[in-house]
Order: sequence, then C-alpha cells, then structure tokens
Amino acid sequence: MLEILQYDFMRNAIFAAILASVACGIIGVYVVVKKIVFISGGITHASFGGIGLGYYLGINPLYGLIPFSLFSALVMGLVSKRSKVAEDTAIGILWSLGMAIGIILIYWTPGYAPDLMTYLFGNILTVPMSDIYLMLGLDAVIIFIVYAYYKQFMALCFDEEFTTVAGLSVEKLYLLLLCLIALTVVLLIKVVGIILIIALLTMPASLSRHYTNDLGKMMHISIFFGIFFSIVGLSLSYLFDAPSGATIILVMSSVYILHFLYDGLKPKIAA
Amino acid sequence: MDNVIELKDIWVSYDSIRVLESVTLNVRDKDFLAIIGPNGGGKSTLLKVILGLITPDRGSVRLLGGNPKDMRKYVGYVPQYHSSNLDFPITVWDVVLMGRLSHKGPLQRYNEDDHKAAHEALETVGMLEFKDRQIGELSGGQKQRVFIARSLVTKPKLLILDEPSTGIDSRMQKEFYELLNRLKSEIAIVMVTHDISAISVYIDKIGCLNRKFHYHDDKEISSHDLEVSYQCPVELIAHGVPHRVLKEH
Repeated sequence: MLEILQYDFMRNAIFAAILASVACGIIGVYVVVKKIVFISGGITHASFGGIGLGYYLGINPLYGLIPFSLFSALVMGLVSKRSKVAEDTAIGILWSLGMAIGIILIYWTPGYAPDLMTYLFGNILTVPMSDIYLMLGLDAVIIFIVYAYYKQFMALCFDEEFTTVAGLSVEKLYLLLLCLIALTVVLLIKVVGIILIIALLTMPASLSRHYTNDLGKMMHISIFFGIFFSIVGLSLSYLFDAPSGATIILVMSSVYILHFLYDGLKPKIAA
Repeated sequence: MDNVIELKDIWVSYDSIRVLESVTLNVRDKDFLAIIGPNGGGKSTLLKVILGLITPDRGSVRLLGGNPKDMRKYVGYVPQYHSSNLDFPITVWDVVLMGRLSHKGPLQRYNEDDHKAAHEALETVGMLEFKDRQIGELSGGQKQRVFIARSLVTKPKLLILDEPSTGIDSRMQKEFYELLNRLKSEIAIVMVTHDISAISVYIDKIGCLNRKFHYHDDKEISSHDLEVSYQCPVELIAHGVPHRVLKEH
C-alpha cells in the first residue's frame, strides 16, 4: 500500500490532513470547552455563500470563502449577542441565509460548477500544492493568534463575567475567536467538506478532554487524534474505494462511540 | 481617598421597568457592607452599576475615586457561583493566575511576580495544597475560596462578592466568613446576598435593597426595614449567635 505515497496527490492529501488537523485540534478545543458548537456550525454552513461568490466571480472558491466566512462569523457573533432575537434563532437564520446566497450565486454562474461536491463533501485527494501553501499560511495565523491570546481566550471561555470586570472586552475576544473558527473552516473544507466539518471540529477535542485537565495539552492530544484519524481514514478510503471525507468521519465516529461505550461499561468509581 | 464607592441618586430602568430608585451609598475604606434583599430586588443591577457594566439613567458613580469603567480592574470581584464553567479543563493555579490578567497584554506571559502573587493569595485562603487540582474536583466552599484568591492577586482595595454563600454548606460558611473577617482589616468588602441568615457578626453595615435602598450605619436592622424591603412580614431568626441582628423586641 505504501506505493501510493509516490503519487503527488497522495502526498498532498497527507500534508493537507496534517495541516487541517493542527487548526482543528487547536480551535476545536475552544469550540468544545466554550460549548459553541452550534454557532460554529452556523459559520461553517453560512460560508457556503463564499464558495458561491468565488464561482460567481470566477476566482478560486477558497478566495471567496475567506472573506465571506470571516464576515459571516462577525455578523453571527454580533447579531447573536446584541439582537433581541434568541441567540439560537439568530444563528439558525444566518446559517440558512449564507447557504441560500451560495446556491443562488452558483445558479447564476454560467456553465457548470465543476468541483462543487468537493466543497460540500470534501475530497482531500484533489488538494493542489497552492492550497497547501494557503493552509500553511492560515495555520501560521491561527497558531500566532492563539499563542498571543492564550490567557485571554482561557479567561473568556472559563468566566466571561470576571473577564469583563478585569477590564477586557469580552465581545472583541469572542469575535476574534469566531474569526479563528472561520479560518479553520477554510482549512477543513477540502478535507471533509462543509457538511462534515463540525464532526472534525468537535470529536478530536472532545476525546482529548478525557486524557487531560489542561487546555494546552488538550490541544496537543487533539491535534494528534486529528492526524491519526484522518490518515487512517484516508488509507481505508483508498483500500475500499470510498469517499475520503466521509470515511475519515466514519473512522472518527466509530472510535468516539466505542470509547464512550467502553467508558460507560467500566465500573464507576465513587468520587 | 476616603470613599471606595460613591453612588449618588442612582436610577436604573430596564425597558420601562424600574429596578433601582434613588440609590445613594458610600462605602469607606475597610468597611464590610452586606446588601440584602429579595431576588429581583436589584442587587445584581446595583453591583453592575458599581462596576460600570451598566450606566445608570440618572445619578453619579465613582469607584476608587474615578470612573468605574477605568477603575473596575482594580477591584477584586467574585462572581456568582454558577457563572463559571466548572467542568472546564483548568487547574486551581491557572484560575488564580487569571486574576492577574487585567495587567497583561497579548503575548505577555505570567512572570515571577504573578506567580508570587498567586502563591500568596492561595496561602491567604488556605488552598495552596490544592493548586494542581482541576477546579471541578473541589467542593463548593473550596471553589469559593479559590475565586476569592483569584480576586486578591491584584491586591485590590475593594472586594465585591455576588451571593458568595450559594453552594456552600452551613459548616463551610463559618470558615468562609472568618476568612472575610481576616481580609477586612486590609480592604473594603461589599457582599450581596438574598440569604438573611448569612449576615454575620463580622459585618459592619447592612443595607436592604428592593428597588429603594435602606441603609444603616450599623448592623442592626429592624423588622420594619425588612418588611419595607421584602414587602411582606419577615421573621428574623439569627442563627448561630453570638451576634444580634435585631434589636430585642
């Protein structure tokens, strides 16, 4: 099976899996501990509008995706915190609105949208070298911001009220975190596609919580899980000729479910 | 600086519902003030006004001699028990260090001074031996001590506690008030509670808040004041003497 490594597309796929796992390992931990899975799902799906924008303008859809997903993260963050509509309702509306914009823009684009399915369901085998560089750059941005704001994000996720009184702008920090989620979506989209991103964002981080009480260590463990599952998933998808994104998620979910079944069967130790 | 808190004729409404009405309050250095009142009586709103989180419709607020928005980072604040996410992956040590965040910008790491301050604060509240525990593993009273340590690491002149007795059993409460009593020799303390039995021998002043503020320069409150505040007859039973909440009657 190792002979497949001599193909460029397979090497790129492995690079892409590693780069995506780094971002989703770090940001996924915040998504899980701050319990913002729903708004993350909203940002992910709304960003489909950016794909549509890319097609419509005739540019690489990823370049339509970056500004659009950042914009929808900011709008979602502001609307959900400030409007009188319930937060989950506001997110639900923006979630569909972004997708609707994407569908219309793609419909208006002359001709045929060739790899639309790639963005919806992912196809890690079609990642070109230029996208790898883009992913590398986005990873660098995410790592730098998280390094710079590690303490602030920790306080934000742990206790917003205290963070405000300590003189920090909780709203700005929260919006910054949502923007990082938006950038992570860009990184993950080719790997598993919009439909499956949430699984990749939550499962490695949630699993890692069982192995440590330390936020930073959670990030390391969750990056490791992400890389491991996506490489295993990728190999299985090659062996069984199955779509790569869905296979990665299937592998991850199976391990996740088995892990919790095993945990549930273990005799409980009274605290 | 004599008054750590100065509120003059504060009025606050939420959508036309009046929450605070003409509240005037001064807290001096090293005072220990308890504010009691029914749920929904405006206690949390009052704290938010003091901390500059809400701008009142009318009236003036001065905190530590300045604008509350600028000065609140010099206040030690212990939020209500439920407001923290307690299965969060964080150790006691990191929770306490978080108290130093107001003095740190992005990219700055915690340094020797921060660690020394965290060490001292944990020693003050008697929780140093638990410093490597995950916060969720502690009992209610222990967590409350950790949150007090977090508010002490900046050596504040004023400590504000929002419903500190929630989640603490009565045995722990005594220890908890003894801790506050040790602290009050150095800083002013303002505590908000709906639990009248929490009023302790250590408190210097009591205020009753139910939209309007009834204030006493000593800790004796009459059942009349309480009835005005709670708008129903209140029977006061002071637990665990030796302290007197009521005048003999």
